Amino acid sequence: MHIHKFEKIWLIFGISCLVIFLSVVGVSAFYLGNKPPSCLATINPEKVDETKPFNKPGLHKVEGKEWDYELVYVAQAFSYNPAQVEVPLGAKVKVIATTKDVIHGFEVAGTNINMMLEPGYISEYTTTFDKAGEYLIVCNEYCGSGHHLMFSKIEVVEK
Amino acid sequence: MAKAELKANQKTEVEDSSSLKGTLASVFFVGLFIVVTWVSVYYLFVDRF
Amino acid sequence: MINTAAEKIKVDPRDAKLSMAHFFVAFAALAIGGLMGLLQTLVRSGKFELPLGIGYYQLLTVHGIMMGLILTTFFIMGFQYAAVSRTAGTHSNAARRTGWIGFWLMTIGTAMAATMVLLNEASVLYTFYAPLKAHWIFYLGLTFVVVGSWVDGAAQIMTYAKWRKNNPGKPSPLLSFMAVINTVLWIVATLGVASTVLFQLLPWSLGWVDTVDVLVSRTLFWYFGHPLVYFWLLPAYMCWYAIIPKIIGGKIFSDSLARMSFIMFLLFSIPVGFHHQLTEPGIDPAWKFIQVILTFMVVIPSLMTAFSLFATFERYGRSKGAKGLFGWFKVLPWNDARFTVPFIGMASFIPAGAGGIVNASNQMDQVVHNTIWVTGHFHLTAATSVVLTFFGISYWLVPHLTGRKLTKSMNKLAIIQGWVWFIGMVFMSGAMHIEGLLGGPRRSAFSTYGGSSQAAEWIPYQIAQAVGGSILFLGIILVLIIFINLAFFAPKGEEEFPVGEAEQSEAAAPMVFENWKLWLGITAVLILFAYTIPFIDIIQNAPPGSKGFKTW
Repeated sequence: MHIHKFEKIWLIFGISCLVIFLSVVGVSAFYLGNKPPSCLATINPEKVDETKPFNKPGLHKVEGKEWDYELVYVAQAFSYNPAQVEVPLGAKVKVIATTKDVIHGFEVAGTNINMMLEPGYISEYTTTFDKAGEYLIVCNEYCGSGHHLMFSKIEVVEK
Repeated sequence: MAKAELKANQKTEVEDSSSLKGTLASVFFVGLFIVVTWVSVYYLFVDRF
Repeated sequence: MINTAAEKIKVDPRDAKLSMAHFFVAFAALAIGGLMGLLQTLVRSGKFELPLGIGYYQLLTVHGIMMGLILTTFFIMGFQYAAVSRTAGTHSNAARRTGWIGFWLMTIGTAMAATMVLLNEASVLYTFYAPLKAHWIFYLGLTFVVVGSWVDGAAQIMTYAKWRKNNPGKPSPLLSFMAVINTVLWIVATLGVASTVLFQLLPWSLGWVDTVDVLVSRTLFWYFGHPLVYFWLLPAYMCWYAIIPKIIGGKIFSDSLARMSFIMFLLFSIPVGFHHQLTEPGIDPAWKFIQVILTFMVVIPSLMTAFSLFATFERYGRSKGAKGLFGWFKVLPWNDARFTVPFIGMASFIPAGAGGIVNASNQMDQVVHNTIWVTGHFHLTAATSVVLTFFGISYWLVPHLTGRKLTKSMNKLAIIQGWVWFIGMVFMSGAMHIEGLLGGPRRSAFSTYGGSSQAAEWIPYQIAQAVGGSILFLGIILVLIIFINLAFFAPKGEEEFPVGEAEQSEAAAPMVFENWKLWLGITAVLILFAYTIPFIDIIQNAPPGSKGFKTW
């Protein structure tokens, strides 16, 4: 099977690009800690309200951890609890969320906080809120007739 | 047998240098488009929190 | 070339009838799905509301099922059935009977699923993620569609096997080889969705079991979901590799490389489903990344395809005396719809592929996951590259099968159709991509999200999508006019079924490509490698199951 010289050049170039892309995201994920949200913890989806930390949704200051705050959300068709929250600018926050019923999305528009919420699983993402402003949380996975009415708000404010 | 192969090789080499320059340019345009798209979205990822 | 003389130049009328049966269902699905698509873009522009209390998500379910499952599967099976008949010889009576059984199973299944959707018992979208629980008849209908497609595909495999038996030691005709690769890919892929529907969703929706394991179901779905898109794409590649060269009057750049790229699609399009699940909990990030690497492998055959296609065009152009770096581009037969319409599809695959690489790039998925960028992406891949090629195929295949001619005026209308589609898609998909990068979610009705300023920024793009959607709907009307003309009204005559030939200097394809034990073996090994450990993890660490919900 004969491969044309130019095709070899093209394939070498193309495959090199792919290797570079993979290396960049691989190093970023596994050495710099930018893995996509992949929390492995589970929860009984029928006992969310009784289970820590979901018994107290909202923003909580924490001590002695790598992050300053934990921001806890409980999702259900068609709302998030809490519906509005203020986060101090520059705070390192672990967002922790789960759903009580069907699959929901959890996307803070305009940020990298974008994760699936699945019944029985806890989703987590840690990041530093370093840009002030009002951010919309939207459900970006279809969850029923009120899917487009399911949202919450985060205000990142200087304190 | 060996002779025939030699001939075939010569023929492809002539083609190699002359007739597919536009193809090479075109695929590199495709490659460039892919790289620019990827880098732009990667920039968004790095820029956002 | 005694062989070509023996080859049937025309598809046997008995085979043609079965292919046409598929196309009638496919184009009916296009008509219904297209109308739903138009309505969705209008609703989301915020300027239009659905009458009679019809739900947006019910429409969305119809659109997804009609376009993503019915139009594609029926068209592909009909096209491949004809392509095998044309290149490997008329199907035997047994194979044809098998094909008809498959066709009717699929059609009955479609009717069952569609009825449940129309009764609003299954507004679960075409991905039907548990624990949204549809009526059991919906799941049973989908099962019929899948099983029917297996039976349908078996007809192609039977005829291919017969050819191999009659021609020992010879590489099979390229189009038949490609059709069989795609059918095999489909059968291996649908094992995943069949498992979740048969063993999880059906017993659960029938009330035999109370709960369902959501992540297992999703993982099985996405085991199927990515090869699904390659199942759509490969028939387009069949046309680009093996049919377009003949239409323009050139040669296939390399028969062997074409076969090799199809083998690579078989190997690497399946063990990659996690790249649709990158942002979800319960899956180890290392395994996600391994499947991301495998996903990138499947880019390579597309890189090869890009080169082959440009090379076919350049060689042809230079043989016509074209000069300069790009002179060959001008001499391509732009007045021939059979070329131009699929060409627009090919060109669209450049941004489509680039976007796909972004989607699969592990954590970069967080920028675009489940935003409307993704919708924009697959409206370039499936709804432009793939369907424009399908339309381009039907513009000669339908008259070939019905014994009619593509007239000059229909050819002209078909070219207009292609460009209308292109313009509509630039608006719609372009706006979707930008809105997605700004965070706009997919699969959502119009909403101001409580007066959010971010959501307000999305609305102009939603209006652009409605403009694009309206133009695309016009494109669908044109397709339907042409299809009906070619099926019933065009003048009687002979329309060619073009089948390309390789460059004369090229040696016959190595027989290793036909070694199914080898390729199926490697496919199985790759799937087991990519899925066994994470799948055991998912099952072992499963949370309590979920009850069903009907939230629509």
